[in-house]
Amino acid sequence: MMEKLLSPFRHLGELTVNAIWRLGFASRFLLAILLNSGQSLLRLQLTIREVYFAGVLSLIIIVVSGLFVGMVLGLQGYNTLARFGSSDALGALVALSLLRELGPVLAALLFASRSGSAMTAEIGLMKATEQLEAMSVMAVNPIARVVAPRFWAGVISMPILAAIFNVMGIFGGYLVGVVMIGLDEGTFWSQMQNNVDLHYDIINGLIKSLFFGMAVTLIAVFEGYDATPTASGVSSATTRTVVTSALVILALDFVLTAFMF
Amino acid sequence: MKRSTIDLWVGLFVAIGIAAITFLSLKVANLTPQSDSNTYTLTAEFDNIGGLKVKAPVKSSGVLVGRVSNIALDTKRYVANVTLTLDGKYQFSRDTSAEILTAGLLGEQYIGLTQGGDPDNLKTGDHISITSSAMVLEQLIGKFMTSFADKPAAGGSDASQSQ
Repeated sequence: MMEKLLSPFRHLGELTVNAIWRLGFASRFLLAILLNSGQSLLRLQLTIREVYFAGVLSLIIIVVSGLFVGMVLGLQGYNTLARFGSSDALGALVALSLLRELGPVLAALLFASRSGSAMTAEIGLMKATEQLEAMSVMAVNPIARVVAPRFWAGVISMPILAAIFNVMGIFGGYLVGVVMIGLDEGTFWSQMQNNVDLHYDIINGLIKSLFFGMAVTLIAVFEGYDATPTASGVSSATTRTVVTSALVILALDFVLTAFMF
Repeated sequence: MKRSTIDLWVGLFVAIGIAAITFLSLKVANLTPQSDSNTYTLTAEFDNIGGLKVKAPVKSSGVLVGRVSNIALDTKRYVANVTLTLDGKYQFSRDTSAEILTAGLLGEQYIGLTQGGDPDNLKTGDHISITSSAMVLEQLIGKFMTSFADKPAAGGSDASQSQ
């Protein structure tokens, strides 16, 4: 009887201890990546290959979703602003909401589900098929050869993808606001230019996406490296990557916003 | 190490990224490479600056001529000390007056400069002595109410009640 009553608490305690354990392992893992990244940066070809898979192949989803997010912002923003007779401010609204929040956050969420999950699955499968152990046997450090290039590829790709997302979003807002609804083109751009600040808005947005890139790729490679080497283990690691990345991105976004703005 | 097709795609990706960042900083944020030597600063004191903020525009005849670079409270005389950074292209006479205006009914506040008649121009560090403060809505309503109440009883019951 007592055993049954206590088991939920025991389960909770196990989850907590496990989470902290994994957090510590992840921190040590990050340190190992940073220590071993010298080799992988010397062999730049490895990192470039990963930039291709993580960044270049994500372009289509980033461009298309950026365009549509910008169009929706333009349409919704226009409907709301027109009620207060200030539809002139549409350019500023679209640009500021994209640069500060939507660009970095949505690009990171898309990147986590498009590239982060692929990284986890790839590294997890390498582990399941004992390729990582084989590398160690051949005196090749799997962290330097497999993990670090992917980590740096993610960190490099993320700000670029966020910037492209922002540009496409602003272009989408322009399409809806100026081409479709027929607002004045000069007002649209000048309102944007008057209200957007280079350091405050654009640089801070890029810094945000750099942090998101680090967080997402670290989670992705860590989950892959830490996955149970079975088919179901890799599958649940991939799921965890997407879920944890999404939560971490949103939580980190709040913290960074509180620091920056 | 050989060149491969992947390099081309990654190069293109990075180039697009740099182009995107350049577009954002030039077209969206209107980054104009402006050297400090081309600007000069003036100060002006206001009794009340209302909602004026740092980086608010300074306009003359509606043309942007500079920005507010600093706002501080003078703790001896308790007036707001506003520093303006103006474009060197635009020179103003020594008796120029500054007032705080509002763009539109609810728009942002900016400083309007009105050229005077003095032949000498303001230089860096000079002080604009003729200023008029921001219009604060509450004070305006307050003035209106008191002037309404002070009127000799014009038969209005509202006026007698408020006294």
